[in-house]
Amino acid sequence: MIQTDLLIIGAGPVGLFTVFEAGLLKLKCHLIDVLPQVGGQLSEIYPKKPIYDIPGYPSILAGDLIDNLMEQIKPFNPGFTLGEKAIKIEKIENGRFLLETSEGSIINAGAIAIAGGLGSFEPRKPPIEGLNKFEKTGVDYFVKDPEKYLNKNILIAGGGDSALDWTIELAEIAHEVTLIHRRTSFRGALDSVEKVMALAEAKKINLITEAQAIGVTGQNKLETVLIKQKELGEFSKEVDYFIPLFGLSPKLGPIANWDLAINKNAIEVNTFDYSTNEEGIYAVGDINTYPGKLKLILCGFHESTLMVQSVFKRIYPDQKLSFKYTTVTGIEGI
Amino acid sequence: MEKNIINIKVTDREGSEQIIQAPTDMSFNLMEALKANELPVEGTCGGMALCASCHCYINSDHHLADASEDEEDMLDQAFFVEDNSRLSCQIKISDELEGLSITLAPVS
Repeated sequence: MIQTDLLIIGAGPVGLFTVFEAGLLKLKCHLIDVLPQVGGQLSEIYPKKPIYDIPGYPSILAGDLIDNLMEQIKPFNPGFTLGEKAIKIEKIENGRFLLETSEGSIINAGAIAIAGGLGSFEPRKPPIEGLNKFEKTGVDYFVKDPEKYLNKNILIAGGGDSALDWTIELAEIAHEVTLIHRRTSFRGALDSVEKVMALAEAKKINLITEAQAIGVTGQNKLETVLIKQKELGEFSKEVDYFIPLFGLSPKLGPIANWDLAINKNAIEVNTFDYSTNEEGIYAVGDINTYPGKLKLILCGFHESTLMVQSVFKRIYPDQKLSFKYTTVTGIEGI
Repeated sequence: MEKNIINIKVTDREGSEQIIQAPTDMSFNLMEALKANELPVEGTCGGMALCASCHCYINSDHHLADASEDEEDMLDQAFFVEDNSRLSCQIKISDELEGLSITLAPVS
Protein backbone atom coordinates (compact mmCIF):
# COMPACT_ATOMS: atom_id res chain seq x y z
CA MET A 1 0.00 0.00 0.00
CA ILE A 2 1.23 3.47 -0.87
CA GLN A 3 1.41 6.01 2.00
CA THR A 4 1.49 9.73 1.35
CA ASP A 5 0.63 13.08 2.87
CA LEU A 6 -1.32 14.55 -0.02
CA LEU A 7 -2.92 12.41 -2.69
CA ILE A 8 -3.57 14.40 -5.87
CA ILE A 9 -6.20 13.07 -8.25
CA GLY A 10 -5.29 14.28 -11.72
CA ALA A 11 -1.77 14.84 -13.06
CA GLY A 12 -2.55 17.86 -15.23
CA PRO A 13 -0.72 21.19 -14.84
CA VAL A 14 -2.48 22.12 -11.61
CA GLY A 15 -2.00 18.66 -10.05
CA LEU A 16 1.68 18.75 -10.96
CA PHE A 17 2.28 22.26 -9.60
CA THR A 18 0.54 21.26 -6.36
CA VAL A 19 3.50 18.91 -5.77
CA PHE A 20 5.83 21.91 -5.89
CA GLU A 21 3.90 24.05 -3.43
CA ALA A 22 3.28 21.07 -1.12
CA GLY A 23 6.95 20.16 -1.41
CA LEU A 24 8.01 23.58 -0.12
CA LEU A 25 6.07 22.71 3.04
CA LYS A 26 7.74 19.27 3.10
CA LEU A 27 4.49 17.51 2.30
CA LYS A 28 4.94 14.27 0.36
CA CYS A 29 2.68 13.87 -2.67
CA HIS A 30 1.36 11.03 -4.78
CA LEU A 31 -0.47 11.61 -8.08
CA ILE A 32 -2.99 9.37 -9.76
CA ASP A 33 -4.34 9.80 -13.30
CA VAL A 34 -6.56 7.72 -15.56
CA LEU A 35 -4.36 8.54 -18.56
CA PRO A 36 -1.13 6.61 -19.07
CA GLN A 37 0.89 9.86 -19.24
CA VAL A 38 1.04 13.04 -17.15
CA GLY A 39 -0.23 16.41 -18.37
CA GLY A 40 -4.00 15.88 -18.58
CA GLN A 41 -5.69 17.81 -21.39
CA LEU A 42 -2.41 19.53 -22.29
CA SER A 43 -0.81 16.22 -23.25
CA GLU A 44 -3.94 14.45 -24.45
CA ILE A 45 -5.76 17.19 -26.38
CA TYR A 46 -3.41 20.04 -27.29
CA PRO A 47 0.32 19.34 -26.69
CA LYS A 48 1.37 21.43 -29.71
CA LYS A 49 -0.82 24.47 -28.98
CA PRO A 50 0.83 27.60 -27.59
CA ILE A 51 -0.45 29.03 -24.31
CA TYR A 52 -0.02 32.79 -23.86
CA ASP A 53 -1.16 33.46 -20.30
CA ILE A 54 1.40 31.66 -18.19
CA PRO A 55 3.17 34.43 -16.26
CA GLY A 56 6.74 34.87 -17.45
CA TYR A 57 6.21 32.97 -20.69
CA PRO A 58 5.09 35.14 -23.63
CA SER A 59 4.24 31.83 -25.31
CA ILE A 60 4.78 28.21 -24.35
CA LEU A 61 3.60 24.99 -25.98
CA ALA A 62 1.27 23.01 -23.74
CA GLY A 63 3.55 19.97 -23.96
CA ASP A 64 6.58 22.05 -22.99
CA LEU A 65 4.74 23.50 -19.98
CA ILE A 66 4.14 19.95 -18.74
CA ASP A 67 7.81 19.02 -19.32
CA ASN A 68 8.86 22.10 -17.35
CA LEU A 69 6.46 21.34 -14.50
CA MET A 70 7.82 17.79 -14.31
CA GLU A 71 11.33 19.22 -14.01
CA GLN A 72 10.19 21.75 -11.43
CA ILE A 73 8.68 19.09 -9.14
CA LYS A 74 11.45 16.53 -9.58
CA PRO A 75 13.31 17.59 -6.38
CA PHE A 76 10.21 16.61 -4.38
CA ASN A 77 10.16 13.10 -5.82
CA PRO A 78 6.39 12.58 -6.09
CA GLY A 79 4.88 9.13 -6.62
CA PHE A 80 2.75 8.36 -9.68
CA THR A 81 -0.03 5.88 -10.33
CA LEU A 82 -0.86 6.34 -14.01
CA GLY A 83 -3.46 4.62 -16.18
CA GLU A 84 -5.71 4.02 -13.18
CA LYS A 85 -8.94 5.73 -12.29
CA ALA A 86 -9.79 6.84 -8.74
CA ILE A 87 -12.91 4.90 -7.85
CA LYS A 88 -13.62 4.98 -4.12
CA ILE A 89 -12.62 7.08 -1.12
CA GLU A 90 -13.00 5.73 2.39
CA LYS A 91 -12.41 7.66 5.62
CA ILE A 92 -10.27 5.76 8.10
CA GLU A 93 -8.82 6.47 11.57
CA ASN A 94 -6.83 9.62 12.37
CA GLY A 95 -8.79 11.54 9.75
CA ARG A 96 -6.88 9.76 6.96
CA PHE A 97 -8.26 8.37 3.73
CA LEU A 98 -7.97 5.17 1.71
CA LEU A 99 -8.41 5.59 -2.02
CA GLU A 100 -9.00 2.62 -4.28
CA THR A 101 -8.30 2.69 -8.03
CA SER A 102 -9.86 0.88 -10.98
CA GLU A 103 -6.90 -1.53 -10.99
CA GLY A 104 -7.16 -2.24 -7.28
CA SER A 105 -4.26 -0.07 -6.07
CA ILE A 106 -4.82 1.29 -2.56
CA ILE A 107 -3.37 4.62 -1.45
CA ASN A 108 -3.37 5.83 2.15
CA ALA A 109 -3.32 9.63 2.39
CA GLY A 110 -3.61 12.39 4.97
CA ALA A 111 -5.57 14.61 2.60
CA ILE A 112 -6.92 14.46 -0.93
CA ALA A 113 -6.71 17.17 -3.59
CA ILE A 114 -8.95 16.66 -6.58
CA ALA A 115 -7.29 18.36 -9.56
CA GLY A 116 -9.34 16.41 -12.03
CA GLY A 117 -9.86 19.04 -14.73
CA LEU A 118 -12.96 18.09 -16.65
CA GLY A 119 -13.07 14.60 -15.19
CA SER A 120 -11.50 11.37 -16.31
CA PHE A 121 -10.87 10.73 -19.97
CA GLU A 122 -13.00 7.88 -21.26
CA PRO A 123 -13.49 6.47 -24.74
CA ARG A 124 -16.22 8.11 -26.80
CA LYS A 125 -18.86 5.47 -27.33
CA PRO A 126 -20.93 5.62 -30.52
CA PRO A 127 -24.63 6.13 -29.76
CA ILE A 128 -25.67 2.72 -31.09
CA GLU A 129 -28.58 1.06 -29.36
CA GLY A 130 -27.58 -2.08 -27.46
CA LEU A 131 -23.83 -1.47 -27.88
CA ASN A 132 -23.22 -1.67 -24.13
CA LYS A 133 -24.75 -5.18 -24.09
CA PHE A 134 -21.72 -6.47 -25.99
CA GLU A 135 -19.00 -4.57 -24.12
CA LYS A 136 -17.52 -7.82 -22.82
CA THR A 137 -18.56 -10.02 -25.72
CA GLY A 138 -17.33 -8.39 -28.89
CA VAL A 139 -17.17 -4.61 -28.46
CA ASP A 140 -13.80 -3.15 -27.39
CA TYR A 141 -12.93 0.54 -27.00
CA PHE A 142 -9.20 -0.14 -26.57
CA VAL A 143 -6.88 -2.72 -28.04
CA LYS A 144 -5.07 -4.17 -25.04
CA ASP A 145 -3.95 -7.56 -26.30
CA PRO A 146 -3.69 -7.84 -30.10
CA GLU A 147 -3.37 -11.66 -29.87
CA LYS A 148 -7.00 -11.77 -28.80
CA TYR A 149 -7.93 -11.03 -32.42
CA LEU A 150 -5.92 -13.91 -33.95
CA ASN A 151 -7.89 -15.33 -36.91
CA LYS A 152 -10.99 -13.29 -36.00
CA ASN A 153 -13.13 -10.99 -38.13
CA ILE A 154 -12.66 -7.44 -36.94
CA LEU A 155 -14.48 -4.21 -37.71
CA ILE A 156 -12.68 -1.00 -36.75
CA ALA A 157 -14.45 2.38 -36.92
CA GLY A 158 -12.77 5.80 -36.85
CA GLY A 159 -10.49 8.06 -38.84
CA GLY A 160 -7.64 8.98 -36.51
CA ASP A 161 -4.26 7.56 -35.69
CA SER A 162 -5.46 4.81 -33.38
CA ALA A 163 -7.97 3.51 -35.96
CA LEU A 164 -5.28 3.56 -38.67
CA ASP A 165 -2.51 2.08 -36.52
CA TRP A 166 -4.63 -0.80 -35.25
CA THR A 167 -5.94 -1.50 -38.76
CA ILE A 168 -2.34 -1.87 -39.93
CA GLU A 169 -1.27 -4.00 -36.98
CA LEU A 170 -4.33 -6.24 -36.81
CA ALA A 171 -4.22 -6.85 -40.58
CA GLU A 172 -1.30 -9.19 -39.80
CA ILE A 173 -3.07 -11.03 -37.01
CA ALA A 174 -6.79 -11.14 -37.70
CA HIS A 175 -8.55 -13.26 -40.31
CA GLU A 176 -10.23 -10.21 -41.79
CA VAL A 177 -10.02 -6.50 -40.92
CA THR A 178 -12.58 -3.96 -42.10
CA LEU A 179 -12.12 -0.25 -41.45
CA ILE A 180 -15.11 2.07 -41.74
CA HIS A 181 -14.89 5.85 -41.68
CA ARG A 182 -17.29 8.78 -42.09
CA ARG A 183 -15.27 10.55 -44.79
CA THR A 184 -12.93 9.59 -47.63
CA SER A 185 -9.97 11.39 -46.05
CA PHE A 186 -8.26 10.48 -42.78
CA ARG A 187 -6.77 12.73 -40.12
CA GLY A 188 -4.00 10.36 -39.04
CA ALA A 189 -0.28 10.54 -39.83
CA LEU A 190 0.35 10.57 -43.59
CA ASP A 191 2.52 7.49 -43.41
CA SER A 192 -0.25 5.49 -41.70
CA VAL A 193 -2.86 6.74 -44.18
CA GLU A 194 -0.68 5.58 -47.08
CA LYS A 195 -0.15 2.17 -45.47
CA VAL A 196 -3.88 1.68 -44.96
CA MET A 197 -4.58 2.71 -48.57
CA ALA A 198 -1.95 0.23 -49.79
CA LEU A 199 -3.44 -2.56 -47.67
CA ALA A 200 -6.87 -1.81 -49.09
CA GLU A 201 -5.49 -1.76 -52.64
CA ALA A 202 -3.85 -5.16 -52.06
CA LYS A 203 -7.17 -6.45 -50.68
CA LYS A 204 -5.54 -7.24 -47.33
CA ILE A 205 -8.17 -5.15 -45.54
CA ASN A 206 -11.64 -3.93 -46.46
CA LEU A 207 -11.91 -0.16 -46.44
CA ILE A 208 -15.42 1.30 -46.37
CA THR A 209 -15.54 5.08 -46.42
CA GLU A 210 -18.47 7.48 -46.13
CA ALA A 211 -19.97 4.94 -43.79
CA GLN A 212 -21.02 4.68 -40.15
CA ALA A 213 -21.97 1.77 -37.91
CA ILE A 214 -25.57 2.21 -36.90
CA GLY A 215 -26.61 -1.04 -35.22
CA VAL A 216 -25.38 -4.20 -33.51
CA THR A 217 -27.02 -7.61 -33.12
CA GLY A 218 -26.17 -10.95 -31.54
CA GLN A 219 -27.52 -13.61 -29.21
CA ASN A 220 -24.98 -14.14 -26.44
CA LYS A 221 -22.19 -12.30 -28.14
CA LEU A 222 -21.75 -9.73 -30.89
CA GLU A 223 -22.55 -11.29 -34.28
CA THR A 224 -23.28 -8.54 -36.79
CA VAL A 225 -22.81 -4.81 -37.17
CA LEU A 226 -25.24 -2.82 -39.29
CA ILE A 227 -23.43 -0.33 -41.52
CA LYS A 228 -24.87 2.62 -43.44
CA GLN A 229 -22.88 3.70 -46.47
CA LYS A 230 -23.67 6.81 -48.51
CA GLU A 231 -24.24 4.97 -51.82
CA LEU A 232 -24.80 1.36 -50.81
CA GLY A 233 -27.34 2.16 -48.11
CA GLU A 234 -27.67 -0.17 -45.13
CA PHE A 235 -26.10 -3.61 -44.96
CA SER A 236 -24.93 -5.88 -42.20
CA LYS A 237 -21.53 -7.41 -41.66
CA GLU A 238 -20.72 -10.50 -39.62
CA VAL A 239 -17.91 -9.85 -37.17
CA ASP A 240 -16.34 -11.31 -34.05
CA TYR A 241 -15.18 -7.94 -32.75
CA PHE A 242 -16.22 -4.32 -33.28
CA ILE A 243 -13.63 -1.75 -32.19
CA PRO A 244 -14.93 1.86 -32.30
CA LEU A 245 -11.98 4.27 -31.92
CA PHE A 246 -13.35 7.81 -31.62
CA GLY A 247 -10.91 9.29 -29.15
CA LEU A 248 -11.39 10.18 -25.52
CA SER A 249 -13.67 12.68 -23.84
CA PRO A 250 -13.74 13.77 -20.20
CA LYS A 251 -16.48 12.57 -17.87
CA LEU A 252 -16.92 13.47 -14.19
CA GLY A 253 -17.16 9.74 -13.43
CA PRO A 254 -16.92 8.33 -9.89
CA ILE A 255 -16.24 11.79 -8.37
CA ALA A 256 -19.97 12.37 -8.65
CA ASN A 257 -20.53 9.59 -6.06
CA TRP A 258 -18.26 10.94 -3.33
CA ASP A 259 -20.92 13.00 -1.53
CA LEU A 260 -19.30 16.25 -2.62
CA ALA A 261 -21.39 19.31 -3.36
CA ILE A 262 -21.55 19.41 -7.18
CA ASN A 263 -22.78 22.34 -9.25
CA LYS A 264 -22.94 21.93 -13.05
CA ASN A 265 -20.31 19.16 -13.14
CA ALA A 266 -17.93 21.11 -10.88
CA ILE A 267 -17.12 20.72 -7.17
CA GLU A 268 -18.13 23.60 -4.90
CA VAL A 269 -15.28 24.87 -2.73
CA ASN A 270 -14.57 27.46 -0.08
CA THR A 271 -12.14 30.00 -1.53
CA PHE A 272 -10.39 30.34 1.83
CA ASP A 273 -8.54 27.09 1.22
CA TYR A 274 -10.35 25.36 -1.69
CA SER A 275 -11.80 22.79 0.68
CA THR A 276 -14.93 20.88 -0.29
CA ASN A 277 -17.86 20.07 1.97
CA GLU A 278 -15.98 16.88 3.02
CA GLU A 279 -13.26 17.69 5.52
CA GLY A 280 -9.81 16.78 4.22
CA ILE A 281 -10.90 16.70 0.59
CA TYR A 282 -9.98 19.71 -1.54
CA ALA A 283 -10.59 20.60 -5.20
CA VAL A 284 -8.41 22.84 -7.38
CA GLY A 285 -8.26 23.82 -11.04
CA ASP A 286 -10.96 23.37 -13.66
CA ILE A 287 -12.89 20.86 -11.56
CA ASN A 288 -13.90 23.33 -8.85
CA THR A 289 -16.38 26.17 -8.84
CA TYR A 290 -16.94 29.26 -6.69
CA PRO A 291 -18.28 32.76 -7.30
CA GLY A 292 -16.01 34.42 -9.85
CA LYS A 293 -14.33 31.17 -10.93
CA LEU A 294 -12.27 31.29 -14.12
CA LYS A 295 -11.06 28.07 -15.68
CA LEU A 296 -7.46 29.11 -16.22
CA ILE A 297 -4.26 27.20 -15.49
CA LEU A 298 -2.79 30.20 -13.69
CA CYS A 299 -5.82 30.42 -11.37
CA GLY A 300 -5.37 26.71 -10.59
CA PHE A 301 -1.74 27.40 -9.61
CA HIS A 302 -2.91 30.08 -7.18
CA GLU A 303 -5.60 27.80 -5.74
CA SER A 304 -3.06 25.01 -5.12
CA THR A 305 -0.68 27.39 -3.38
CA LEU A 306 -3.31 28.48 -0.87
CA MET A 307 -4.72 24.97 -0.48
CA VAL A 308 -1.48 23.33 0.66
CA GLN A 309 -1.27 25.70 3.64
CA SER A 310 -4.55 24.26 4.89
CA VAL A 311 -3.46 20.71 4.03
CA PHE A 312 -0.31 21.21 6.13
CA LYS A 313 -2.30 22.41 9.15
CA ARG A 314 -4.63 19.44 8.83
CA ILE A 315 -1.84 16.85 8.69
CA TYR A 316 0.52 18.51 11.17
CA PRO A 317 -1.78 20.46 13.52
CA ASP A 318 0.94 20.83 16.17
CA GLN A 319 3.64 22.17 13.88
CA LYS A 320 4.10 25.82 13.18
CA LEU A 321 4.10 26.86 9.55
CA SER A 322 6.27 29.79 8.62
CA PHE A 323 5.95 31.28 5.19
CA LYS A 324 9.20 31.43 3.24
CA TYR A 325 10.22 32.74 -0.17
CA THR A 326 12.07 30.35 -2.52
CA THR A 327 14.44 33.22 -3.33
CA VAL A 328 15.56 33.22 0.30
CA THR A 329 15.59 29.53 1.16
CA GLY A 330 16.02 27.83 -2.21
CA ILE A 331 14.63 24.38 -2.82
CA GLU A 332 15.91 21.21 -1.23
CA GLY A 333 17.56 19.01 -3.79
CA ILE A 334 18.67 21.82 -6.10
CA MET B 1 -31.06 45.45 -36.83
CA GLU B 2 -29.40 46.96 -33.81
CA LYS B 3 -25.86 48.13 -34.43
CA ASN B 4 -23.25 45.40 -33.89
CA ILE B 5 -25.83 42.90 -32.64
CA ILE B 6 -27.23 40.00 -34.63
CA ASN B 7 -30.09 37.64 -33.90
CA ILE B 8 -29.61 33.88 -34.03
CA LYS B 9 -32.39 31.32 -33.81
CA VAL B 10 -31.36 28.35 -31.69
CA THR B 11 -33.26 25.09 -31.38
CA ASP B 12 -32.17 23.21 -28.30
CA ARG B 13 -31.99 19.44 -27.83
CA GLU B 14 -35.56 19.33 -26.58
CA GLY B 15 -36.77 21.06 -29.73
CA SER B 16 -37.67 24.40 -28.19
CA GLU B 17 -36.64 27.52 -30.06
CA GLN B 18 -35.27 30.81 -28.87
CA ILE B 19 -33.68 33.87 -30.40
CA ILE B 20 -30.37 34.91 -28.91
CA GLN B 21 -28.46 38.13 -29.53
CA ALA B 22 -24.75 38.12 -30.20
CA PRO B 23 -22.33 41.05 -30.55
CA THR B 24 -20.36 41.23 -33.79
CA ASP B 25 -17.63 43.53 -32.47
CA MET B 26 -16.19 41.34 -29.68
CA SER B 27 -14.60 38.62 -31.82
CA PHE B 28 -17.04 36.09 -30.40
CA ASN B 29 -17.52 32.71 -31.95
CA LEU B 30 -20.88 30.96 -32.02
CA MET B 31 -19.95 28.55 -29.21
CA GLU B 32 -19.14 31.48 -26.92
CA ALA B 33 -22.38 33.22 -27.86
CA LEU B 34 -24.34 30.06 -27.05
CA LYS B 35 -22.60 29.65 -23.70
CA ALA B 36 -23.10 33.31 -22.86
CA ASN B 37 -26.82 32.67 -23.29
CA GLU B 38 -26.69 29.70 -20.90
CA LEU B 39 -27.37 27.19 -23.64
CA PRO B 40 -26.14 23.68 -22.79
CA VAL B 41 -22.98 23.67 -24.90
CA GLU B 42 -19.83 22.33 -23.24
CA GLY B 43 -17.04 23.85 -25.34
CA THR B 44 -14.62 21.61 -23.45
CA CYS B 45 -11.48 22.59 -25.33
CA GLY B 46 -12.24 26.29 -25.12
CA GLY B 47 -12.68 26.82 -28.87
CA MET B 48 -9.65 25.20 -30.48
CA ALA B 49 -11.61 22.67 -32.58
CA LEU B 50 -10.09 20.01 -30.37
CA CYS B 51 -13.18 18.42 -28.92
CA ALA B 52 -16.58 18.03 -30.49
CA SER B 53 -18.70 19.24 -27.62
CA CYS B 54 -20.04 22.32 -29.44
CA HIS B 55 -21.35 20.38 -32.44
CA CYS B 56 -24.41 21.96 -34.06
CA TYR B 57 -26.42 21.83 -37.28
CA ILE B 58 -26.81 24.88 -39.54
CA ASN B 59 -30.43 25.11 -40.69
CA SER B 60 -30.39 28.36 -42.66
CA ASP B 61 -28.59 28.88 -45.97
CA HIS B 62 -26.15 31.51 -44.75
CA HIS B 63 -22.84 31.48 -46.49
CA LEU B 64 -20.27 30.27 -43.95
CA ALA B 65 -16.54 29.83 -44.44
CA ASP B 66 -15.84 26.16 -45.19
CA ALA B 67 -14.86 23.93 -42.29
CA SER B 68 -11.09 23.68 -41.90
CA GLU B 69 -9.33 20.33 -42.07
CA ASP B 70 -8.95 20.50 -38.26
CA GLU B 71 -12.68 20.97 -37.85
CA GLU B 72 -13.49 18.08 -40.22
CA ASP B 73 -10.98 15.91 -38.36
CA MET B 74 -12.70 16.68 -35.10
CA LEU B 75 -16.14 16.02 -36.53
CA ASP B 76 -14.82 12.50 -37.22
CA GLN B 77 -14.86 11.97 -33.47
CA ALA B 78 -18.39 13.29 -33.05
CA PHE B 79 -21.54 11.29 -33.53
CA PHE B 80 -24.83 12.18 -35.23
CA VAL B 81 -22.79 14.01 -37.88
CA GLU B 82 -24.84 15.30 -40.84
CA ASP B 83 -23.98 17.25 -43.98
CA ASN B 84 -24.87 20.49 -42.17
CA SER B 85 -22.80 19.68 -39.07
CA ARG B 86 -20.35 22.29 -37.80
CA LEU B 87 -18.39 22.98 -34.65
CA SER B 88 -19.90 26.21 -33.37
CA CYS B 89 -16.54 27.38 -31.97
CA GLN B 90 -15.25 27.67 -35.51
CA ILE B 91 -17.98 30.05 -36.66
CA LYS B 92 -17.12 33.72 -36.16
CA ILE B 93 -19.98 35.99 -35.26
CA SER B 94 -20.29 38.61 -37.99
CA ASP B 95 -22.97 40.92 -39.43
CA GLU B 96 -23.54 38.50 -42.32
CA LEU B 97 -24.88 35.91 -39.88
CA GLU B 98 -27.99 37.96 -38.99
CA GLY B 99 -30.92 35.54 -38.85
CA LEU B 100 -28.75 32.40 -38.67
CA SER B 101 -30.71 29.34 -37.56
CA ILE B 102 -29.03 26.42 -35.83
CA THR B 103 -29.92 23.29 -33.87
CA LEU B 104 -27.77 21.91 -31.05
CA ALA B 105 -26.53 18.39 -31.83
CA PRO B 106 -27.12 15.61 -29.28
CA VAL B 107 -24.47 15.17 -26.58
CA SER B 108 -22.11 12.36 -27.41
